Formats: sequence, structure tokens, C-alpha cells
Amino acid sequence: MTEISLNILDIAQNSVRAEASLIEIEVAADSGKDILSVLIKDNGKGMTKEQAQKVTDPFFTTRTTRKIGLGIPFFKLAAESTGGSFSIVSEPGKGTSVRAEFVLSSIDRMPLGDITSTIHALVTLNSSIDFVYTYTHDGRSFTLDTREFREILGSGIEFSAPEISSYIKDYLYENTAEADNGLVI
Amino acid sequence: MKSLEELKAIRDRMQGQVNIREEDSDALRVVVGMATCGIAAGARPVLTALSNAVQEKGLKNIAVVQTGCIGLCQYEPIVEVIAPGGEKTTYVKMTAEKALEVVEQHLISGHVVTKYTIDAAKLG
Repeated sequence: MTEISLNILDIAQNSVRAEASLIEIEVAADSGKDILSVLIKDNGKGMTKEQAQKVTDPFFTTRTTRKIGLGIPFFKLAAESTGGSFSIVSEPGKGTSVRAEFVLSSIDRMPLGDITSTIHALVTLNSSIDFVYTYTHDGRSFTLDTREFREILGSGIEFSAPEISSYIKDYLYENTAEADNGLVI
Repeated sequence: MKSLEELKAIRDRMQGQVNIREEDSDALRVVVGMATCGIAAGARPVLTALSNAVQEKGLKNIAVVQTGCIGLCQYEPIVEVIAPGGEKTTYVKMTAEKALEVVEQHLISGHVVTKYTIDAAKLG
């Protein structure tokens, strides 16, 4: 992976596969603390303690198409190689939360990259799942909550409809720029 | 800042256009592999290019959707175009640029872009 936002897209796919109905994603950059923190939390089917311990091992997967699972190991390595940290907490029937902290100024930290494309893809491709995305940059933040969109739109209008999809894209771009003044993180 | 008021206005506009969504069974499906292998190989820009092009060109009856790992990781990013009848074309090692060619030639004009298919890749 070349961007942290690609890791986020990948990890969130695990939540989709775990049949979550709500996925919360938080991205927060704090230049004072020198930390970029990422949280992906779902209410999917969760994992046992044993499984949650094993997922950081590349040679563990529940998938049957092949024998290795690299999503979580990639994300963990990306965070830890900056001097940051990684944790995963899961409970069967409750859900899973994955947290990674990157040292913002580390030379080994990948750029956050195109996070708006990641969130846009997740939201428009998974119309039946609710997303709450919070982006914070040095205390300025905004939240996209698809439950609010759904309340306005009612049933029968999908997020993938062109007008809605482009609204969501603009919503993400404009609010991100307002929070970070267009800074590349 | 983009407000939720704007979304209400869009909703009101859209409610005038009843039943513009066709039955899913007639839709051409464009499937992008979005597992770790696909994402690492560059599936996100491919997906973004496809969905933008379908939107901008106002193409009807085309659903851009995602799937997990289909077990051909070395050929990612993979895009499958599945016709309403079930006939499937598998494009491999895609980029945003190649995806736009597929939109123009395959999705709009109906001609398979043979050079990007898995069969062409296997012949090397």
C-alpha cells in the first residue's frame, strides 16, 4: 500500500464482510502531539479473542480463495514502522475496532493520501451500511453521517445515484479542505 | 461548506423523476475487485474512474459494484464486465486510463477491448 487511505479502505472491507450495519471511521491529525490516529470500528459479527490475536499474522485468514491475509499485517506494519502503535479489539456478536497511530513527522510514514476517495467509495458502494466518518485536523473537524443523509432522502434513493454520489463527493472535498486548509497530510 | 440543505434540494428534484432506475436484471454489471490485493495494485483509482465516467456520461443500466478477492491476485486490478445475459469479460492489470477505454469501447459501443482481457495477458 502506498497511502494510509488505501489501508483504511482495505480494513473497512473487513467490516463490510463482517456484515456490519454501522462502520465508524475516524482520522485525526494532531501536529502538536505529532500523531495521526486512525480508528475503524464496526458492529459486525466480531471475532473470538483467539482469532483477533491471529489476524496480525499474514498466514491467517478465514477466506477460502487463498491462504494468506495481508490487510491487517500491512496496516500494523505501516503504523509500527513510524514508531506508532496498533491495536485490535473484538468481541463475537458485538463488533471489531482497529486503531492505528502513526508518528506524523516520521520519514517512514506514508501519506494519508486520497481519503475522500476512500470514504466516497465505501459510502456509495455499500448503500445498505451506515457510515460515520470524522476527520479532524489540529482541532478542526467535520463529520459525515450517512444516517443524516438517509433521513433526508427517505427510502428508494440510493447513494450511488449520480446526483447523490456527486453531492457526497463535494461534501467530502469541501469539508476536508475547510478542516485542513488543503494541507497535504 | 456543503450543507444538508443542498441535499434536500437534490431530493426534491429527484422525486420528480420516478422510476428512472431500471430493473437490475437488465443492467450491465461492472465489477471491480476490492480486496487487499486489488487495492494494493491500484483498484481504487480504477473504480473512481469507472464510476465518474458512468455518471458523467449519463450511462443508464450500468451498475458499478465491488467484489472481494477472486483468487487471481497477480492480475489485479481486475474489472469484470458482466452482460445482462451473464456473459463475462475479465479485464486485468487495469489502470484508470485503460478503464476509460473500456467505458468508451465496451460499455458504450459494445466492443470488447481484447488487448486488456485475461486471455490476452495469458498469451503474453
